[in-house]
Amino acid sequence: MAKLIFVFLTLIPILCNSFTPEKTSDRRILVLLDDFAVKSSHSLFFKSLQSRGFDLDFKLADDPKIALQRYGQYLYDALVLFSPTIERFGGSIDAAAILDFVDSGHDLIVAADNNASDLIREIATECGVDFDEDTSAVVVDHSGYAVSATEGDHTLIASDDFIKSDVILGSKKIEAPVLFQGIGHSLNPSNSLVLKVLSASPTAFSANPKSKLTSPPSLLGSSISLVSVIQARNNARILISGSLSVFSNRFFNSGVQKAGSPTKHDKSGNEQFFTELSKWVLHERGHLKAVNVQHHKVGETNEPSIYRINDDLEYSVEIYEWSGKSWEPYVADDVQVQFYMMSPYVLKTLSNDKKGRFFTSFKVPDVYGVFQFKVEYDRLGYTSLSLSKQIPVRPFRHNEYERFIPAAYPYYGAAFSMMAGFFVFSAVHLYNK
Amino acid sequence: MAATDAQTSLRHAFGNVLAFFILILIGVLAFSIRLFSVIKYESVIHEFDPYFNYRVTQFLTKNGIYDFWNWFDDRTWYPLGRVIGGTVYPGLTLTAGTLWWILNSLNIPLSVETVCVFTAPIFSAFASWATYLLTKEVKGPGAGLTAAVLLAMVPSYISRSVAGSYDNEAVAIFALIFTFYLYIKTLNTGSLFYATLNSIAYFYMVCSWGGYTFIINLIPMHALLCIVTGRYSSRLYIAYAPLIVLGTLLAALVPVVGFNAVMTSEHFASFLVFILIHVVALVYYIKGILSPKMFKVAVALVVSGGLAVCFAMIAVLVAMVASSPTMGWSGRSLSLLDPTYASKYIPIIASVSEHQPPTWPSYFMDINVLAFLVPAGIIVSFFCAKIVCLIFSCYSVEFLTKSRWSLLLQACFSPLSDASSFVILYIVTSVYFSGVMVRLMLVLAPAACILSGIALSQAFDVFTRSIKLQLPSLSIDSPVDAGDGSSESVVPDDTVKTDKTEDTQKERTSKKSRSRKSSSESVEKPSSKSQIKKRLSVLPLETSIIAIVLLVLLGAFYVVHSVWAAAEAYSAPSIVLTSHSHDGLHVFDDFREAYAWLSHNTEVDDKVASWWDYGYQTTAMANRTVIVDNNTWNNTHIATVGTAMSSPEKAAWEIFHSLDVKYVLVVFGGLVGYPSDDINKFLWMVRIGGGVFPHIKEPDYLRDGQYRIDNMATPTMLNCLMYKLSYYRFVETDGKAFDRVRRTEIGKKHFKLTHFEEVFTTHHWMVRIYKLKPPKNRIRGKTKKSKSKANPKTVSKRKELKRNPF
Repeated sequence: MAKLIFVFLTLIPILCNSFTPEKTSDRRILVLLDDFAVKSSHSLFFKSLQSRGFDLDFKLADDPKIALQRYGQYLYDALVLFSPTIERFGGSIDAAAILDFVDSGHDLIVAADNNASDLIREIATECGVDFDEDTSAVVVDHSGYAVSATEGDHTLIASDDFIKSDVILGSKKIEAPVLFQGIGHSLNPSNSLVLKVLSASPTAFSANPKSKLTSPPSLLGSSISLVSVIQARNNARILISGSLSVFSNRFFNSGVQKAGSPTKHDKSGNEQFFTELSKWVLHERGHLKAVNVQHHKVGETNEPSIYRINDDLEYSVEIYEWSGKSWEPYVADDVQVQFYMMSPYVLKTLSNDKKGRFFTSFKVPDVYGVFQFKVEYDRLGYTSLSLSKQIPVRPFRHNEYERFIPAAYPYYGAAFSMMAGFFVFSAVHLYNK
Repeated sequence: MAATDAQTSLRHAFGNVLAFFILILIGVLAFSIRLFSVIKYESVIHEFDPYFNYRVTQFLTKNGIYDFWNWFDDRTWYPLGRVIGGTVYPGLTLTAGTLWWILNSLNIPLSVETVCVFTAPIFSAFASWATYLLTKEVKGPGAGLTAAVLLAMVPSYISRSVAGSYDNEAVAIFALIFTFYLYIKTLNTGSLFYATLNSIAYFYMVCSWGGYTFIINLIPMHALLCIVTGRYSSRLYIAYAPLIVLGTLLAALVPVVGFNAVMTSEHFASFLVFILIHVVALVYYIKGILSPKMFKVAVALVVSGGLAVCFAMIAVLVAMVASSPTMGWSGRSLSLLDPTYASKYIPIIASVSEHQPPTWPSYFMDINVLAFLVPAGIIVSFFCAKIVCLIFSCYSVEFLTKSRWSLLLQACFSPLSDASSFVILYIVTSVYFSGVMVRLMLVLAPAACILSGIALSQAFDVFTRSIKLQLPSLSIDSPVDAGDGSSESVVPDDTVKTDKTEDTQKERTSKKSRSRKSSSESVEKPSSKSQIKKRLSVLPLETSIIAIVLLVLLGAFYVVHSVWAAAEAYSAPSIVLTSHSHDGLHVFDDFREAYAWLSHNTEVDDKVASWWDYGYQTTAMANRTVIVDNNTWNNTHIATVGTAMSSPEKAAWEIFHSLDVKYVLVVFGGLVGYPSDDINKFLWMVRIGGGVFPHIKEPDYLRDGQYRIDNMATPTMLNCLMYKLSYYRFVETDGKAFDRVRRTEIGKKHFKLTHFEEVFTTHHWMVRIYKLKPPKNRIRGKTKKSKSKANPKTVSKRKELKRNPF
């Protein structure tokens, strides 16, 4: 029993079930449409998915035969909801089923539109995205609109207010603004899981363009999000867009000129933006895994079941990032390990060897207790890594304390002189007379 | 005379053999009266602390003594852990471990549990033998046997030493009595051999129980008493000084005591008296070698110098003691000196039921008729036994002659023997301590047994002798050696000087007294004196017979009560409960059911939070890590758990989550009427939690100063975690949610848990286990739900746990 058992307190959060690098080729996506015309009108987006190895399964949203799972197994790895007006899904699918699909680690792409149904709004709300409650409202921007042939209504917006993250949007800068026409949504600032990827300009507002504005609009300015992504705690990723047409071939191909801007781009940023974003949502980028957590005393290789206070130890972990095809070593200089017992006693930045291995060494603090090696790595766009490994730290054994410390010499002296004195005294006392 | 000597020695041999067999029988009695728990229930470890001791013993037998010494336990007090080897009194564990090892070396394959279960009964047999030895030193073998048989079945001791009650006290009471015996023995003999044995016995006591401080304070008190009353002798020095030196050195070897043996105030009395006894010894020595005149000069010199040194030392001591906030006393000791201390400052000590002051009925329950015999015993010890019967005889003869008066007075002022004064000091202090803490009734019990044994045996002695003297034929035929008790006492009986008034039966008494003298050490005296004394102490025949009958009845009553206490009151293991009702016997085995569920259905490293009472059992039976346990060494940690239990669900979830807790266990008695459940302990959680975290305020949980859980309860009470976990789904049992312990319907019946989910509830709902829900995978938006939509999570996670409560 002295060899105390330890086990991973929390394992690496189980990687999404959908995301199995072993079978990248046959990842299946269910696409639910309002009508099959969308399949052709948005074919560029679908093609880009297919070209990256996804197997798309197009179904009408009210098809009575659609099902997400059979015999408890999910049939698809991701779901694309391009059916903004659907009020009731066919088959066994409802909002709860879709949310369970996400909670079991699968990805979701939702596109709403001007006349988005309650069902779609509810799914969005459950994910933390609140569409404007006024169902007739759309996003209007009188200064950031896209210059187009049909002048006047300013609901076609050219937005270039992207999230600043290479992980989500790819390393290549998106030059052209993204065309958007649809409804806006807001996010709860305290919600740490949801990210505004494309936000409206400060002059935008959400209102019904056909009616006269009587009261101030509820959604205003750059707090309006046009496209948002959510990374759930189980690392399932969700993309929610307030417009379906942003994915369309028409928007992908049309040129764009932002009002007030002299440059006219031949091609809008939509294709690049949504292709890159779909790569992120479908875990082709920004997905980390941590494996092979090791720790041992300096100079040893075996992992002990317990440390002693003031031991020197080495800790290492390997972190890889999924590139879409293979696991590549992750390189960063901000991964930290904590030696934690109610609060971190040691906090060290791990150095890495560019081959994915992160390592450090430190001295166990002079405190005994049940510690944890904790790596909490939350970076924008990356899946969150939360590793913890429990390890007890014991005090010195009775025979591990230093013997004959100099401070004790007076006491040794006292003891031995006492013994000698007693001996002399006894001898004198006994034999003196 | 040679013939009488032979007869006497034969009689003594016979008496010794008889005493030996009586002692064996007493041992058997002491052992077997404690087996009711095994017969009525099963061979199982009882209660809370014994489970920890059992677990430690298992560790010891598996890993050996060095690993035990260095054991760092990471399964308790998560995440702090506990250094078991350095914080536990190892005596009990080592004893049981040694027993087990010996038995296994002899190829007797007993399990560790069996050995642990029977350790306490075995040691109570030892304790009664030690009582015999101690009382024999004080008052002779007759009193010894009586005291031993009384101790063998005193209910107070039975309550802590039934089979299965594997706690420190089980061996500590034996060690306590045996240490006292060796002290008295040393005091009577002045033998350094016994003094050394005494320190070793003291060492064993220190190993066994924190109550050793009682010894290390009582013995100095007694030594001081002897010095003050001018009874200093070299015997006292030999009894005292080696004990302090060797005992303190040995005590410092026990890891849990360590430097406390010289640092804490509990031990200061012994050192002060140690200094004092040396001063006194020096004075006596100087007095012996100097002439009286020179001595006076020396005294003047020494007194002036010595006083200065003394004051300096006392000043240093006081400064040292005063520098610590508690004056160097531990909380438990302070609550002994000031009974209101714990309730004022340390709720965690006050919250333990065995630290409460006892009620009067508990004295009757625990020591029964001994409570009435003790004063008699004190009188008998104070004065010699003869006085008592003198008083009796004075009343019975109804006139007091001058001679009787003088006899009485002289006897009253006869010096108290060292041993008797020790016993009296022992009873006086232990009566006080037992009045402060009900747990210390256990310390009182041996003292009460010894004094009652003395009283009873002296009473029998007097009455039987009265009968014997008045029935000459009987006394000649079978001379009973009832008088041995008094003759072996250290008090010399020859202080009585009387005028010769009556001289009947001269022949027989003189012969008898001479024969007794030859066996005892008393000096030759004119036979007439003792003869007169005997004549004086004779009571009327009828009175004696009636008194003996009454005494036997008293003893019988005691036996009946003790057996009842052993069989009914104290044999319940409290891990299994039974109740008799009109439809027969119900057995509530919910605790083990819950612990078994935990050990089978949770991960090895999962943390279970509960109130600290159940910590030891959870680690021992379920083998799961706990946050707090019965070794209440860290008040903050306990207060954290108390705060969590008193907080609303969300705050509690956050506290528990920060401690990596996976499961929360609560004990709930409302369905079956089990009164010591968590709701009844809840105010202590509030108090202890509030003592560290001031946002928990006790008045928030009380309605007009009353603790209630019905619809008059405060919102804070109705929303706290403990209420919710106890009463979750309780309304489903009978539709009214009637709590049988509090005898009321609960205040809030229908509610849902948001951060916890019920995973297991035992058959009688006595233990309920909840799991912390993981944080939500997604965070919902703000928009109101438009239509009736079930939250997908709650629907899918809710498991139907509906079951018949019976």
